Amino acid sequence: MLVHVTLADSAVSVHGLRKSYGERTAVAGVDLDIPRGEVFALLGPNGAGKTTTVEILEGYRSRDAGEVSVLGVDPSAATPQWRARVGIVLQSVTDLSELTVTETVRHFAGYYPRPRDPDEGLATVGLTGSATQRTRPLSGGQRRRLDVALGILGRPELLFLDEPTTGFDPAARRQFWDLVENLAGEGTTILLTTHYLEEAERLADRVAVIAAGAIIEVATPAELGGRQHAEATVSWTDPDGGARRSVRTAEPTRTVTELAASLGGEVPDLSVSRPTLEDVYLEMVGLQG
Amino acid sequence: MSQMHDSTGTAGATVRLPGTWSIGLRRVRIELLQFARDREAAFFTMLLPVLLLIVFGSAFTGNVAPGIPFSQYFLAGMLASGIVYTSFQNLAISIPQERDDGTLKRLQGTPMPKASYFVGKVGLVLVIYVVQVVVMMAVGVTLFDVHLPSEPADWWTFTWVSVLGLLCCTLLGVAFSSVPRSGRGASALVSPIVLVLQFTSGVFFQYDELPSWMQQMAALFPLKWLCQGMRSVFLPDSFQRQELAGSWELGRTALVLTLWSVAALVLALRYFRFRRRDDT
Repeated sequence: MLVHVTLADSAVSVHGLRKSYGERTAVAGVDLDIPRGEVFALLGPNGAGKTTTVEILEGYRSRDAGEVSVLGVDPSAATPQWRARVGIVLQSVTDLSELTVTETVRHFAGYYPRPRDPDEGLATVGLTGSATQRTRPLSGGQRRRLDVALGILGRPELLFLDEPTTGFDPAARRQFWDLVENLAGEGTTILLTTHYLEEAERLADRVAVIAAGAIIEVATPAELGGRQHAEATVSWTDPDGGARRSVRTAEPTRTVTELAASLGGEVPDLSVSRPTLEDVYLEMVGLQG
Repeated sequence: MSQMHDSTGTAGATVRLPGTWSIGLRRVRIELLQFARDREAAFFTMLLPVLLLIVFGSAFTGNVAPGIPFSQYFLAGMLASGIVYTSFQNLAISIPQERDDGTLKRLQGTPMPKASYFVGKVGLVLVIYVVQVVVMMAVGVTLFDVHLPSEPADWWTFTWVSVLGLLCCTLLGVAFSSVPRSGRGASALVSPIVLVLQFTSGVFFQYDELPSWMQQMAALFPLKWLCQGMRSVFLPDSFQRQELAGSWELGRTALVLTLWSVAALVLALRYFRFRRRDDT
């Protein structure tokens, strides 16, 4: 029990996690600590070990080595009691196609000890309008919302979202982000994997970058890769001749002030930018690859 | 592996989960709903046997013995086949499909007890078998003048052969569901097996007229014994003389089905998987 005292505020605690498939090492010593209430994003290229790691935490896969505690329980010994506290939204499942949306949520609500009201669950994910439809003809975005509705029916303490917005159009993605923010606002701990850096930046309190089975860095989206200290790029259009000019500087304010003084007022087409999360991320995984 | 599972459930132990049976009954309902709406499954499991009954019953109009029309013999064989269709064929095809489309993975991620899934399958098998029996008997009686038994003893035999046969073939279907590599490959693998057994076990052809090597091969599998059990219900006792053993061998039928049930249970417990082989 001593172990649990130190982990009391952790939703997820992982130390030295390893997993190989035959000769191929998928996860090579991952450490993670996710406090309760946090939205945590796991980023990494395909084959980096994201899904394997998450599926071990979800209790789907065995591991070769390491200590794993999810809500204080080893997921390799998952019980229905523990399952009732965890919500899982899987990648690309196509089951349940013959049922209507309402039939589906009502059925799954019966699995949990204190489920959300099924209709309320549908309202939460914005599917009330499709309640009487069969799931087969649902669009990709609607289908995903149904998956999320099923994932949150049991009022989970921890929700796994595995690449939840793949294939969404921009409007659907933004609606989905609002939904995730609402769930986080209710206190649900969320572990998200995604390929969209914008998504991680918008939703996550912290992000971890994983490549070749190992965590490279864990930081807030604003601080990842020393981003907040990175040099800024100041760009403008030269009034004499119209050429585009840019300089990299650690002191963009001074650069802009000097520019304004030298040009005698408004700087044409001025922009000041720092590296995006995507720039930083690509540099990090590129170094590994 | 770390040793933390001694504390499993400490955090949630106060919460009472819905029981295995209550979720199992919900699963029966949802399985039936999905089955009724899945045209392919409904065709192969429900409509095809009835069509076969009509086609073969119309094509072969001779007698299997003086005073016993082929249709009487064939109905017994098709009811035995119905046991195999609704349980073995149905489950050995639909479970691999559910493994492929994510049904089983999703269920594994919920607090549903695994036993509830099988309660749902057993309920599904029972209901569609009963419906199939009623339809086939109705077709047999109205189109082919088949005589239904009047002795309670015959109906008792019909009941225990059905129940034991369904138990045996359900377990076999669950065990066999781990054999196909994919859901798409499942029906290509399962349907021919059922078809070959039907030809050699006395469904489409009269068993006592088959070559003896074929009879011996078929006698290793349950369908031959199901057919024989059903013949004891639907054919007059005088037909026993044409059976190989000169009797209905009901005791041996019960023994063979029980042995297959035990073997299938062992195999199912050992090899049943919620996940695809390439996904563990």
